[in-house]
Amino acid sequence: MLDRINRAYKQIARAQDALGRKINIMEVCGTHTVSVFRAGLREAFPEGMKLLSGPGCPVCITDQGYIDAVLSLAERDDCLIATYGDMIRVPGRKGSLEKKTDRGNIKIVLSAEDALSLAKQNPGKKIVFVAIGFETTAPATAVVVREAVQQNIKNIFIFSNHKLVVPAMTALLSDKNNKIDAFMCPGHVSVIIGSDAYKPVVENFKKPCVVAGFEPMQIIEAISEICRQLAEGTPAVDSVYPAAVTPQGNKTAQRIIDETFDAVDGCWRGLGKIPKSTLKLKEQFSDFDAEKQLGELFVHEKDLTGCQCGEVLCGLIDPPDCKLFAKSCMPDTPVGPCMVSSEGACAAWYKYARRKRRTQ
Amino acid sequence: MTASDKILLAHGGGGRLTDELIHSVILPAFDNRTLNKLTDAAEIPAGKDNICFTTDGYVVKPLFFSGGDIGKLAVCGTINDLAVSGAKPAALSLSLIIEEGLEISVLKKILASAAKAAKEENISIVCGDTKVVEAGCADKIFINTSGVGFKLPRADVGFEKISAGDKIIVSGTIGDHGMTIMSQREGMKFETEMKSDCGSVAQICAKAIEALGGEIKFMRDPTRGGLAATLNEIVSQADYGIDIYEENIPVNPTVRAAADMLGFDILNIANEGKVVIVVSEKNAEKCLEICKSCENGKNAAVIGEIVKSDEPLVELVTMIKGRRIVQMPYGRELPRIC
Repeated sequence: MLDRINRAYKQIARAQDALGRKINIMEVCGTHTVSVFRAGLREAFPEGMKLLSGPGCPVCITDQGYIDAVLSLAERDDCLIATYGDMIRVPGRKGSLEKKTDRGNIKIVLSAEDALSLAKQNPGKKIVFVAIGFETTAPATAVVVREAVQQNIKNIFIFSNHKLVVPAMTALLSDKNNKIDAFMCPGHVSVIIGSDAYKPVVENFKKPCVVAGFEPMQIIEAISEICRQLAEGTPAVDSVYPAAVTPQGNKTAQRIIDETFDAVDGCWRGLGKIPKSTLKLKEQFSDFDAEKQLGELFVHEKDLTGCQCGEVLCGLIDPPDCKLFAKSCMPDTPVGPCMVSSEGACAAWYKYARRKRRTQ
Repeated sequence: MTASDKILLAHGGGGRLTDELIHSVILPAFDNRTLNKLTDAAEIPAGKDNICFTTDGYVVKPLFFSGGDIGKLAVCGTINDLAVSGAKPAALSLSLIIEEGLEISVLKKILASAAKAAKEENISIVCGDTKVVEAGCADKIFINTSGVGFKLPRADVGFEKISAGDKIIVSGTIGDHGMTIMSQREGMKFETEMKSDCGSVAQICAKAIEALGGEIKFMRDPTRGGLAATLNEIVSQADYGIDIYEENIPVNPTVRAAADMLGFDILNIANEGKVVIVVSEKNAEKCLEICKSCENGKNAAVIGEIVKSDEPLVELVTMIKGRRIVQMPYGRELPRIC
C-alpha cells in the first residue's frame, strides 16, 4: 500500500514540476467525493494537488424547480411519490419531501423496480417515480417503462430528470474560468457508457480522463496515472477499474436508454442549461410521462441568492469559500443541495474535514 | 435548530435530531437533575444500595430477523442499559402495544423469545401491561421494557471520569444489527449471511467492573447512531478529543460490503450487543483480556484513545493514514442511488 502511495506522490511532484503550479483533478462522481473524504485522502496527499468535487452527485445538480414540482405532486391525494432516499432531504422553495412524509404518500425505494411494485400494490393511486441519476440509474427506469407497457400497468408515471455525464464535463471545460487539469471519471457510470465515451473530452480539450472505482487505493492509482499523463503531456482515456469497466461499456443498457429516452437540453443546478444533457421519455411512452399526464411541469428556477453551490460544482471554489458554508447553510438546515446530499461536496467537507489540515 | 415543526423519522434515529428533540422539547418538560444527566439508567439512592432504573421502547421492523427478534431485543436492550451503567440487572417489566390482527402464534413466539433471553441472564419479568389498538394504529407490535438493577459496589462510571490518555475498547464487530435489519428489509441477499448481534453485554460489563473498578471510566452500548453517536456523545461536552484507528475497528466483511453497497458509513450503523468501554491506559490490555474471555467479546479490540485537543472532535485515522472527522450522524441513514 505504502509503495503505491509513494509512487503517486512522485507522479504528483512530476506533474507539478511540468505544469509549474498546483494540480487540479476533478472527481466527477459523488461517491468518489465521499470515498476521498472517508479515506482521509485529502490530508494524505501533498498540498500541491487538489481534488475538485464536480457535478457528479445526481441530487446536487437537481434543479430546484424539479424539486418544487415533486413537492406539489406530493401534496396531491391521488399521487404516491416513489423516490430514492437521498432526494428526501433536498430543499425546494416549499421545504423538502422529508417534511411531507407524515401524510404517508412518500415512499423511499431502492430501485425503479420497487416503484413498479408500488403501482401494482396501489391500483387506486398514481405512482410518481422521481427518476433522477446518471446513466447508472437510467437503464433501470427504462426497463420499468417497458415492463409497465408489457404488463399493462397504467398507474406509474416517470418524472424523468436523468442526466448524462459527458455533456456536463464538456460544459465545464467550455467555461474559460475552469481550473480543471484532468478528470477522475465515475466508476459506476462508466460500467454503462464505457471508457471510450470520454474520448471526445480528451480529443477536444486535451485533458486526461481516468476511470476509477471507489476503493481508496483505486483512487490513488487513478491520481497517479493522471499525474503521469500530465507530467508527460500525453492526455488519454484510461481505466484503473478494468474488472468492471470496458471501453465499449454495456451495449444492452445503452440501447435501452436510446430506445426509451431522448437526450434534450436540460438545466443543471449551478451549471445552467447544458445541451443534450437530460433524458426525457420518448413520445411513444408519453402515457407514462409524469409531466405530460399529471400537468405538473417543472420550470427552471434560479438558484437561491447567496448559495454558491454552482461555483463549488464547477470547481471554482471550495465549500468553505462559500459565504453560507457552516453559517446559514448546515447539514440540518441546508440552503444548497451540495450540503444536503450525502454525496455533496459541502456535506462531505462539513462532515469529514471541518477543520484545518493537520499533519500526523 | 432544525426548521421542522413536526416530528420526522430522523428524530428517532439516535443522531443530531434526536439529541435536539431531547434537549429542546423533552428535558424542559420534566427538568430534574437525574434526568438531565441523560445516563443510560438513572441512579436512585436507596439505603446502602443505589438502584439503577431504565426504560426503553422497541419498534423494530421486521419483528423477526437473523440473530434475534423484537422479544429478545426488548429484554437484552434494557439489560444492556443497566449493565453499562455499572448495575447488576434485577428485574424487568414488559409492556405490549399490539395492533389488532396480529396472530396469537406470533405473539407467543415473541414472548417465548423474551422469556428465554431473560432466563439466560437470570432475570425475571415481574410486571407488565397489555394494550390493543385498531388496525393501522401501530405496526404489529411495540414493546416497552423497564428494568431495575443494583449498582455494583466497585462501579464508578461517568463522563466526568474520562481523561486524556484513556483507551477506548469496543467489544466486537460493529454494524451487524443495523445492516442485518436493513438488508432483510430491502430483500438484499449476500453469500455469507449477516446476523444481528442482538444480545446481552452484562457479563462483559460486570467482569470488567469487578476486576478493574474505577479504572473503567465509562461504558455505553452503541445502539442507534452506532459507534459514531456514542463517541460524539463522549466528546460533546468535553475539553478533549478522540482518535480512533480504522485498521483496529472490527467489522464483519459482509457487513462492510453491505454498508459500502448502500453508501452507509459503518460507524453510524446500530449495534444491539456491543459495549464501548473507556478504560485507563494502564489497564487497557487487562480490560481487553476480560472482554475476550466472554463469549460475545472474542473480537474485542482497542480502537483508539482520548486525546488532548483544542476541538472536541472525534477523528478517524484511516487505513491509508489520512484523517477525517467522525460526526454525530444526522439521524437517518439514506441509501445512495448510484
